[in-house]
Amino acid sequence: MKVKELLFAPILSNNPIALGVLGVCSALAVTVQLKNVFVMCGAVIGVVAFANMGVSLIRNHVPNSVRIIVQMTIIATLVIIAEQFLKAFVYDQWKTMAVYVGLIITNCIVMGRTEAFGMKNGPIESFLDGVGNGLGYSFILIVVGFFRELFGSGSVLGFQVLELTKNGGWYQPNGMMLLPPSAFFLIGFIIWAIRERDPSQVEEE
Amino acid sequence: MSKSSETVKTMVVAGGLCLVCSLLVSSIVVSLRPQQAANKELDMKKNILMSAGLIEAGASAQVINDTFSKVETVVIDFETGKKTDVVDSKTYDQNKAAADPAMNVSIPANLDVGGIGTRAKYAKIYISKNDAGEIKDIILPVKGKGLWSTMYGFIALEKDTKTIKGFAYYSHGETPGLGGEVDNPNWKKQWIGKKLYDDDWNFAFKVAKGTVDNTHHLAQYKVDGLSGATITANGVTSSMQYWFGKHGYGTFLAALRKGEY
Repeated sequence: MKVKELLFAPILSNNPIALGVLGVCSALAVTVQLKNVFVMCGAVIGVVAFANMGVSLIRNHVPNSVRIIVQMTIIATLVIIAEQFLKAFVYDQWKTMAVYVGLIITNCIVMGRTEAFGMKNGPIESFLDGVGNGLGYSFILIVVGFFRELFGSGSVLGFQVLELTKNGGWYQPNGMMLLPPSAFFLIGFIIWAIRERDPSQVEEE
Repeated sequence: MSKSSETVKTMVVAGGLCLVCSLLVSSIVVSLRPQQAANKELDMKKNILMSAGLIEAGASAQVINDTFSKVETVVIDFETGKKTDVVDSKTYDQNKAAADPAMNVSIPANLDVGGIGTRAKYAKIYISKNDAGEIKDIILPVKGKGLWSTMYGFIALEKDTKTIKGFAYYSHGETPGLGGEVDNPNWKKQWIGKKLYDDDWNFAFKVAKGTVDNTHHLAQYKVDGLSGATITANGVTSSMQYWFGKHGYGTFLAALRKGEY
């Protein structure tokens, strides 16, 4: 397989959120502010890539009966490490995301990739596949986060773009955008747009 | 492969993996701990200084530490209102103490307007002084129940002990956009200059319902309400009422006014 395909196919043509509808839970939870989105994406890319590589490295030695728990152990280890790094280097963001970093363990994308790809392919391909899927996840989160922050708080990355009425401006923020369900609508629109562009992703009736 | 040797292999793989993973996690946790502790401390200092308006948002670690070095940390006894050294002011954690039966007292139900339950016996407060050594600001920790969560914050008073110098919650879990507006800088700005007590030292402050009419004679005791967040706003009012009553900081502030804390 080609490097380019491993890295970029999961962004549009094989997106884990848009096609697989995996990892939606955290896409709802952390997308109120774009800044948190970037931290979350960084953590997820790191975890998926290294978990996929780690599983791939020991794939020939893992007895079939314990393979799921072995993958889980590797993923959990990496998530704890990622959380410790966030706590040490981007404390403010860590504080606002708190529990959601730990919940990367339950992000279906991570386990999905280690089981579907890491167990069958070499470590380098697995690493790239992990990065690719992390990027696919990030792409959706960034789009969702951008719109939620813009319409919910009138800002982008913390910079005020639309002046809010409560601060003497003209923009009345959309309160729903601050609540998690709004991400469902946005993800729905993104899936629609992607499938409009590439009808082969549409499930058969 | 025979069944027993397969079991042995499973055990070896599982055991080996657990060993490697636990070594990795523990070495990283231990090596990053000092950095994390420093972050936590800096964050708390930032919250304290921000509430009194002594630093701007986004101040560097250097500025925070410099400013904080001019602030004195004092532990006081709620009961006597005097300074105490029963506990070390550096390591004392008032929020932890409030949950520790040996260190807390339950608040009598008739006084517990804010539904706080228990409070610590001792308060960790911060006093900033000017160059002549006179008290400039008194920064007091307050907490209270909102709609969903307990809100933790600091309120800074001027040395007359009734004029508010600044106020901020550093932790709460209220609804973003509604109760979460207790974080809004424009709302917090209104607190500055308002009075907690009237001329006879009765508690008079409240978060109003709706907008405050600035020509009203009680306007100096009121800040605007938060639209769509009545319960959060009432929680703020009642927690202030508790903390600045006799069972809260009342005794301490009275002692401070007499110059004997």
